[in-house]
Amino acid sequence: MAELADRVGEVIEASTTDFVAQCYELYQSPPLGSLVKTKAPPIELYGVVYYATTTSLDPGRRPIARGKDEASEEDIYRQSPQLSELLRSEFSALLVGHKQDDKLHHYLPPRPARIHSFVYLCSPEEMKEFSQSFNFLTLLLNTRLPISQDELIAACLRHLSQAHEDRHAFLVAAGKELALLLSGQFDQFKATLERIKE
Amino acid sequence: MTREKEPRLGIVISGSLAKGVDVRLDSSASVEDMAVGRYVTIEGQKQRFFGMITDVSLGVIDQKLTLTPPDVSDQFTAEVLAGTSTYGMLHVLPMLTIGGDVATLLEGPQPVKTVPSHFSTVKLASQRDVELVFGSEDEKKFYIGTPLDMETKVCLDLEEFVKRSNGIFGKSGTGKTFLTRLLLIGMLQKGKAVSLVFDMHNEYGWEGSSERGRKVKALKQLFPEKVAVFTLDEESSRRRRVSTDFVVRIGYDEIEPEDIALLRQTLNLTDASVQAVYQLCREFGDKRWIQATLELEAGEDTRGLLDKLTIHESTYRNLRRGLEMLRRLPFLLPHTPDNPVQRILEFLDRGTNVVLEFGRYTDITAYILVANLLTRRLHSQYQERMEQAMGEAAAPPHPLVITIEEAHKFLNPEVASQTIFGTIAREMRKYNVTLLVIDQRPSGIDDEVMSQIGTKITCLLDSDRDIDSVLAGVPGKSELRAVLSRLEPRQQALIFGHAVPMPVVIRIREYGSPQSYHDFISKGETESKKQAEKDIEELWG
Repeated sequence: MAELADRVGEVIEASTTDFVAQCYELYQSPPLGSLVKTKAPPIELYGVVYYATTTSLDPGRRPIARGKDEASEEDIYRQSPQLSELLRSEFSALLVGHKQDDKLHHYLPPRPARIHSFVYLCSPEEMKEFSQSFNFLTLLLNTRLPISQDELIAACLRHLSQAHEDRHAFLVAAGKELALLLSGQFDQFKATLERIKE
Repeated sequence: MTREKEPRLGIVISGSLAKGVDVRLDSSASVEDMAVGRYVTIEGQKQRFFGMITDVSLGVIDQKLTLTPPDVSDQFTAEVLAGTSTYGMLHVLPMLTIGGDVATLLEGPQPVKTVPSHFSTVKLASQRDVELVFGSEDEKKFYIGTPLDMETKVCLDLEEFVKRSNGIFGKSGTGKTFLTRLLLIGMLQKGKAVSLVFDMHNEYGWEGSSERGRKVKALKQLFPEKVAVFTLDEESSRRRRVSTDFVVRIGYDEIEPEDIALLRQTLNLTDASVQAVYQLCREFGDKRWIQATLELEAGEDTRGLLDKLTIHESTYRNLRRGLEMLRRLPFLLPHTPDNPVQRILEFLDRGTNVVLEFGRYTDITAYILVANLLTRRLHSQYQERMEQAMGEAAAPPHPLVITIEEAHKFLNPEVASQTIFGTIAREMRKYNVTLLVIDQRPSGIDDEVMSQIGTKITCLLDSDRDIDSVLAGVPGKSELRAVLSRLEPRQQALIFGHAVPMPVVIRIREYGSPQSYHDFISKGETESKKQAEKDIEELWG
């Protein structure tokens, strides 16, 4: 089943503006800027991955270095198979839109995601459909994030552009939208533009 | 209404009725493809506007861009910036509203009284729009040229055109003569008026030449039945193998004191001499005074006469010198068997156009004297007939258009009030006589006369004073100024005024190739045929 294959995690923390999901597999979080979705029937929520972490399951116990006598990094995990169970990968996604009654909206959903909802990677078709409008860029620009907005926006646009046959045209169109949104901040605009250049 | 798919240029972002509107170009439209003088349509919410591009400029969204220019050698950056952070602007002067409301549908394009609302779409005007505005060739309208970069015809409404005095201006060598020939042919073809042309350089009746030395045909060669060539200089006409219809000779008895007054500058007469002319005229009578004055011999009798008339000796000598200059003009004779005015009138009455060639007498004295003398008499004849027509409900005389060159000599502020041309220009069409003024120094023409000129057709002018005087009183003057000073030195003209719905820059219709002659003649023939059929119908009911 395609859905199963695209399933990347489960929501473990949710708010109006974003959600945090835990990956089923260690280190298997979706790439920065990728488009993910989760369901809160009857609504489908779309998010852009903006942050990912891998930490110890128990916040009180930090991992310790174990590889002094091992030949390769893989050997560490092979020698201590429990490690993968003691660590976890999480990622945070910023809500950038939702689908209700088969209609796509590029603004915040009325309700946040539910805990334990499954999180899926969006298919190229969904990415294409979602990127028909660039209205979501304002959400990315107007939210305070732990990483720089230029980085996130550029990563997101690069990711979405893969779903388009004419990547160049898509990126130019996005660039033009950014030019208007960042009309007062030429430096930021220039930095973002540098990052989406092919 | 179906609308052609013309490319979208941009949107209206600001403006006013007086100054025109600013249009921001879309990123798909390049400033380099725009041109001053082109037509655009603006799709307002309720009306469509028709306007002309009068300026093109560049804008940036953030001043930082101009200080630290981005690297546009990178294709991607350049593409993103074009039309967003950096953009082109057009300044458009809306002139007419077309389509949309009832009045426009019934009466055609209307002058604008408002501006389009914010963010109205601007497109290049389609051929159809231009046709809608300038009409297509028909019984009244004459095709005179095409708008820049378009194939559509711009047509002059000749019926309206001949109702006012009109002007053709432009530096020497910009195509005034060709334009005049075209207009004369137009008037002849459409039969809206008969013309009398005072042809100083023998260019309109028979062959003329283009600047490249090519011979071009003129009126009589194209329309032999409808044009008569009169000449002042039979010999020159014969040498040029022109078939003339009448040799004009003017008798001294036809010259009136007013004619001399007008020649004051060219004959170098003093004010006192001009006064003396009137006194002599009273003494000897209207018909004889020149002859009698010239016959005066030095002696007691003459001195006695001068004393009686209180004319000073030096004044008399000054006047005499002036009159001797006139006497040297070979076409002036003491007595003439025929009356040129009557002959001209006969031809005009038959609907034949008259071109009066000056042959070798190209000096301005002869031109001013003859043009003024003949015109004054024609005008008074027309005036008489028109008054009769009003009183007895008879048919008014056929509208007459008198073409004069070097118009500033007749219409300059000093003499405009005295010459008949000033009068005609001012009283306009009351007596069915109007002027076609051709001049290269419009600033030399009296303001009052200029303001009465109905349609102005102007080729390139580069003196500021000339441009000012041509554009005086026209709405959107400063915008038109930009357009006028950027005309090409040949074959382009700006037309504005009574006979066109809005100012228009045209590429003048081709003249001089066999095809162009054919077009004129065939058009003329079909119309004369139509006229003949109509006459027959009227005759036999």
